[in-house]
Amino acid sequence: MTGTTADRTRVRPARRGAPGASRRLIYLTLTAVAFFSAVPLYYSVVVASRDNAALAEVPPPLVPGGNFFANVARVFDTVPFGLALGNSVLVSGSIALSVMFFSTLAGFAFAKLRFRGRNILLLLTVATMMVPAQLGIIPLYMIMVKLEWTGTMYALIVPAMVSAFGVFFMTQYLSRALPTELLEAGRVDGCSTWGLFWHVVIPVARPAAAVLGMLTFMSAWNDYFWPLVVLTPENPTVQVALSTLAAGYVNDYVLGLTGTALGTLPLVIVFALLGKQIIGGIMQGAVKG
Amino acid sequence: MATRVPERLAEAPPGKPMGSRRRAVRRHLVHQLDVKGSPYAYVAPFFLLFSAFGLFPLVYTAWVSLHEWTLLADEQPFVGLENFRTLLADDYFWNATFNTLSIGVLSTVPQLLLAIWLAHLLNRPLRAQTFFRVTLLLPNVTSVVAVVVIFSQLFGRDFGMINWMLSWFGVGAVPWNEGVATSHVAISIMIMWRWTGYNALIFLAAMQAVPRELYEAATIDGASEFTQLRRITIPMIKPTIVFVVITSTIGAMQVLAEPLLFGVYTLTGGVDRQYQTLALFIYENFVKLDLGYASAISWMMFVFIVVIAGINYLITRRSRGGLV
Repeated sequence: MTGTTADRTRVRPARRGAPGASRRLIYLTLTAVAFFSAVPLYYSVVVASRDNAALAEVPPPLVPGGNFFANVARVFDTVPFGLALGNSVLVSGSIALSVMFFSTLAGFAFAKLRFRGRNILLLLTVATMMVPAQLGIIPLYMIMVKLEWTGTMYALIVPAMVSAFGVFFMTQYLSRALPTELLEAGRVDGCSTWGLFWHVVIPVARPAAAVLGMLTFMSAWNDYFWPLVVLTPENPTVQVALSTLAAGYVNDYVLGLTGTALGTLPLVIVFALLGKQIIGGIMQGAVKG
Repeated sequence: MATRVPERLAEAPPGKPMGSRRRAVRRHLVHQLDVKGSPYAYVAPFFLLFSAFGLFPLVYTAWVSLHEWTLLADEQPFVGLENFRTLLADDYFWNATFNTLSIGVLSTVPQLLLAIWLAHLLNRPLRAQTFFRVTLLLPNVTSVVAVVVIFSQLFGRDFGMINWMLSWFGVGAVPWNEGVATSHVAISIMIMWRWTGYNALIFLAAMQAVPRELYEAATIDGASEFTQLRRITIPMIKPTIVFVVITSTIGAMQVLAEPLLFGVYTLTGGVDRQYQTLALFIYENFVKLDLGYASAISWMMFVFIVVIAGINYLITRRSRGGLV
C-alpha cells in the first residue's frame, strides 16, 4: 500500500499547475526503473569479463575487464553451448509461430464468430490457465517415454504449440480492435470465414500477435523445469546448459555468469530488433482502437 | 443432413433453371457449413492439443497419486488415499506450503501495485517512450536461471554487491540464503525484478485501449490525475487486472527455479528447507522416483491454486475502482 502515497505525491502535481516539475519526476522515476532493470545484466557482463579473484576485491569491480573471450572458451569447453543455442532457437521459434497462428485463429472465433457453446468454451480456455503446467509433468514425462521423444526437441515443441494465454490474449484484443462492420462488409462481398480470417483479421491482429509472439518466444527460451526433466545434459537447451554450469560449478561465479551473459545475449538482440516495432504496433493499435 | 440434401438434388433433371438453383442451394449449404462449422474448426487445435498434453496428464496425475508408484518397482499397487494421508502428516509439506505462500505474498502484492503505477506513468506522450518500454521488459528477457545465478552473486554473503552497499549504512554481512525471512525476501526480489515490467506492459496495452475522451472529459471536470487513475483507468482495465492477478497467483504458487538454484543447488531449498517451495518439494520426490507421492503433492498444490486464485478473483472483481 505504500504505492498509494507515492501515487498521490508524484502524480498529482501534474494537475496543480506544475507540469514541468511533474514531468521531470516521471522521467526520473522511469530512468531509475530502467537503471535497476539494466544493472544486474550489466553486472553479469562485468563479472563475465573478469576472473574469480577480481570478485573478492573491495569495492567489487564495476567496469568490464578483458577476460571475456577466455571465459567464453571455458563455457564452450564445459558444456555443449553451441548445440544448446541451436536447440533453443529451433524450439522457441517453432513454438512462437505456432502459438501466434493458433491463438489468432481461436481468438477470432471467440471474439467475433457466433457458435453454440462459445461462452462455455471460452470459460474453459480461461480455466485451463488455472492448470499449473508443473502438475502434469510426471504423466507428461511418461507420455514422452512412450512416444520415445525424451531427449528430443519434439518433447518441448509439441506440448507448447498452443497456449490458453495466447487464445485469451487474442480474444481480448480482437473483440476490441476488430470492427464488426468490417467483417460484415467482407461477408457481403462474398468472403468465406477463412477469407475473412486471412484478409481482415490477420492485418488487424498483427500488432497484438507480434507482442504475443515475442512473449511466447521469450518464455519458451527461458522455460526451465520441463526441459530440465525431459532433456539430457548432452542435448540441452540454453537453460539446461546454464543450470548444469550453475549447479556443477557453484563457486565459479565467472563461469556461471559468462554462460548467463551468452544465453541472454541472443534474446536481448532479438528483443532490441523487434521490441521497437512491437511497441510501435501496440501504440498504433491503440490509436485506431 | 448436409450430405443427404445434395444427393437428392443431384437426381433432379439438369435443366438450366434447376442447375442454377442447384448451384444456389449448394452455395447456400457451403455457406451454412462455413458459418456453422468453421468456428469449431478454429478453436479445435487448441482444445485437441490441450486435451492430449494438458488435461490428460492432469487426470492421470490423480490416478498415479492413488498408487505406490515408483519407477524402481515393476508393480504399482493401488493404495487409495494413503499418499494423501502421509502428506497431511508430513512436516516438510506444510513447511513448503508456508514458504510458497510467504514468497507468493511478498513478491506479488508490491509487484502488481508497482506495475499498475509504472503503466500509468508510461501511458502518456513521453520522450524516449520506446527506450523506457524496452528497458521495462529487459528483466523478463533474462531467463530465470540467469536471474538466480546473477542474484545469488549479488546476494552473496562475503563478496555480494548488496551486502557491500548495506555496509555503507553499517549493516553487517547478511547471510541472505541462511535465514527464513532473508531468503524469502531475496527470492521475492528476484521474482519481482523479473515480472514487474512484464505486467506493466500488459497493463499498459489495456490502458491504451481506454478511450481518450474519458480523460479529456474528466480533466475538464477538474479530476486530478490520481482520481483519473482510480476512477477511469482501473475500472476500465478491470478484466486485465483480474487476469494478471490470477496468472501472477498461479505463477507464484509454482516457483521452482529460484529456490532450486539460489546459493547452492539444493533439492531441499537450503539446508534447513528454509525456502523449499511446493514445486521444489514435488521435484525432490520426482528425483527420488517416488512418483505416487509427487503426484499427491501436485494435486494438493492444484487445490491450493484453485482456492487462492478463486479468492483473489472474487476480491479483485468485487472491488469497484478502489483497488489502489
